[in-house]
Amino acid sequence: MPLTTDPPAERTAPERAAPAPADDPPPLKVVPVRHPWRWAAVAVTAVLIAQFVHGLVTNPAWEWEVFAQFFTAETVLKAVWVTLQLTVYGTALGFVLGVVLAFMRLSASPFLRWVAFGYVWAFRSIPLIVQLLFWFNLAYLYKRLDFGIPFGPGFFHFDTMGLVGAMGAAVLGLALHQAAYAAEIVRGGVLAVDAGQLEAAAALGLPRLRQLRRIVLPQAMRSILPNATNEVISLFKGTSIVSVMAIGELFYQVQVIYGRNGRVVPLLMVATAWYVLLTTVLSVLQHYVERHFSKGATR
Amino acid sequence: MSTPSAMVEARGIHKSFGSLDVLKGVDLDVRAGEVTVVLGPSGSGKSTLLRTLNHLEKVDSGSVRVNGELVGYRRSGNKLYELRERDILKQRTKIGFVFQNFHLFPHLTVLENLVEAPVAALRRPKKDAVAGARALLDRVGLADKADAYPRTLSGGQQQRVAIARALALEPELLLFDEPTSALDPELVGEVLDVIKDLAHRGTTMIVVTHEIGFAREVADTVVFMDGGRIVEQGPPGQVLDHPRHERTKSFLSKVL
Ligand SMILES: Nc1ncnc2c1ncn2[C@@H]1O[C@H](COP(=O)(O)OP(=O)(O)O)[C@@H](O)[C@H]1O
Ligand SMILES: [Mg+2]
Repeated sequence: MPLTTDPPAERTAPERAAPAPADDPPPLKVVPVRHPWRWAAVAVTAVLIAQFVHGLVTNPAWEWEVFAQFFTAETVLKAVWVTLQLTVYGTALGFVLGVVLAFMRLSASPFLRWVAFGYVWAFRSIPLIVQLLFWFNLAYLYKRLDFGIPFGPGFFHFDTMGLVGAMGAAVLGLALHQAAYAAEIVRGGVLAVDAGQLEAAAALGLPRLRQLRRIVLPQAMRSILPNATNEVISLFKGTSIVSVMAIGELFYQVQVIYGRNGRVVPLLMVATAWYVLLTTVLSVLQHYVERHFSKGATR
Repeated sequence: MSTPSAMVEARGIHKSFGSLDVLKGVDLDVRAGEVTVVLGPSGSGKSTLLRTLNHLEKVDSGSVRVNGELVGYRRSGNKLYELRERDILKQRTKIGFVFQNFHLFPHLTVLENLVEAPVAALRRPKKDAVAGARALLDRVGLADKADAYPRTLSGGQQQRVAIARALALEPELLLFDEPTSALDPELVGEVLDVIKDLAHRGTTMIVVTHEIGFAREVADTVVFMDGGRIVEQGPPGQVLDHPRHERTKSFLSKVL
C-alpha cells in the first residue's frame, strides 16, 4: 500500500516539548489589542439614539394618546385580522403553486420547463399593483355577471358578496405574484441539496414522492427558509398595496380613520407598530422553524 | 440460457457520455456467494459499470441480469423496453449500493437512515424495521450510535452505517464503489472488516477498490478494467501475482 512521505505530525511534537519540564517560566498573560475608535463610534451612536428617543417621548406632535386610543380600537384590530388573512392565504397558495412550478422547472420535460419559466418571467415582470387592479376588475365583472347586483354606492360600503369577491381577487393576486418568487426560492433550495442524496434515495428504491418529501425537501428547507421568511414578511407588508382595492386591511383602515379625524402621524404610527410587532413575531417563528430543519447539521 | 449459479450476468454493456465512450462492451459474470473485486485506473469506467448494474445509469446497449431478471428493461421480441420507474425502484431494493462518499441522509438519525427504506420501499411494519435496524447496527459495531446524526460520526463509522443501511433491505447482491477511498488511512480497516465479515457469510458482492491486500484476502475473482474494457480477470493469485497483460502489470506496480 502506498504510504505518504510526510512523517506523522505527533512524532516531532513531543521532542520539542520534552526538555526542561522542571523550571518553566511563569505563564504569560495575553492582552487583547485595544480599539479606541470602536469606543468612539459606540459613544456617538448612543448619543444619536438617545436624542431620537427623547424626541419621540417629548415632542407632542407624535400625539401618543391618540396612538393609544386607536392601537387597540376594534376597527384597527379587525383590519389587522384582514391583513393576517391576506398574508396567510397569499403565502400558502403562493408557496404551493411555487413548489409545483419549481419542480416543473427541474423536470426532464422541456415543455414543462418552459411553461414554468414563462410563468416566472411574466409574474416577476408585472408590478403587483397592476396585477391586483386587473384581478379586482375581473372579480367585479364576474360578480356582476353572476348575480346581476350592481356594486355598492361607494367604496366605503361593502356588502358580504362584494367583500368576498374583492378578498378573493386580492388573495389570488398576491398568491400568483408570490408563486413566481417562491418557485425560484424552492428551486434554488432543491439545487443546493447534494445530488448524492437523490442518488442514494433512488438506490434504496424509495418511491419518487418519498424521495422528494422525506429526503430532498427537508434538506432544501435549510436554504429555502431564510429566503422564504423574507418573502412572507415582504408579502405581509405588501398587503398594504391591497388598499388600492378598498379592502379593509390595516393600512387602508388607518387611512380611513385619519381621513376622518386628521390625526395622520399617530395613526401612521399605529400601522407601523402593528407591522413591526407582527414582523417580530414572524422572525421569532423563523428562528424556531429553522432550528427544526437544522437537525443533524453541524453549522 | 443462464446457468442457475450465475447471479449477475452483464452482456455487451456499452455506455457513452456524449462523445466519450466509457464502457466499450463489458461482459461480467458473478456467481452467487462470491466476491468480485474490480480494479483499474481512475476513469477506466469502474463506477459507471457498477451503476449500470442497478440502473442508476442507463446503458446504450447490452443487458444486465440479476438472478435471471433483466435490470431496468423488459424484453419483448428483439427489443428492450425500459421499465416504469416504479418497477426499477422495486428492482433496486434487491441490489444494495454503497457509495464512496456514504451519502447518508444527514437530517435523519442513524436509526432513521436504516429504517427509511424497509418502511417506505418494502412496506415493512415500522416495529420490525426498527428491530432489524438495531440488529444490523449491532453487527457493524455501532449499536450505541442509533440516535446520533451522521455528521457527528467519523468517516469509518458513517460508512459502516451506510453498509448497514444497504443491508436493511436484505439485498441479494451488494455493490461497493470504492468504499474506503474517502477515509483517513487509520479508518480503512474497520470498514474492510465489516465487508470481510459479509464475505464470510456468503454475501454476493462486487467491490470496486484500490485495496490490493483486501482483494487478495477476500476476492474469489479479480477483474482488471482499463479504458472501458475488462482487460483480464481470474482468481487473485493469478491476476495479482501473475498478470498476463502489460497494462495490469503496470497498474499493479503503481498501487502495490
Ligand atoms: N455523468 C457523467 N457525465 C459525463 N462523463 C462522465 C459521467 N460519469 C462518468 N463520466 C466519465 O466517464 C469516465 C469513467 O468514469 P468512472 O466510471 O467514474 O471511472 P472510474 O470509476 O473507473 O474512475 C470518466 O472519464 C468520467 O469523467
Ligand atoms: Mg469511480
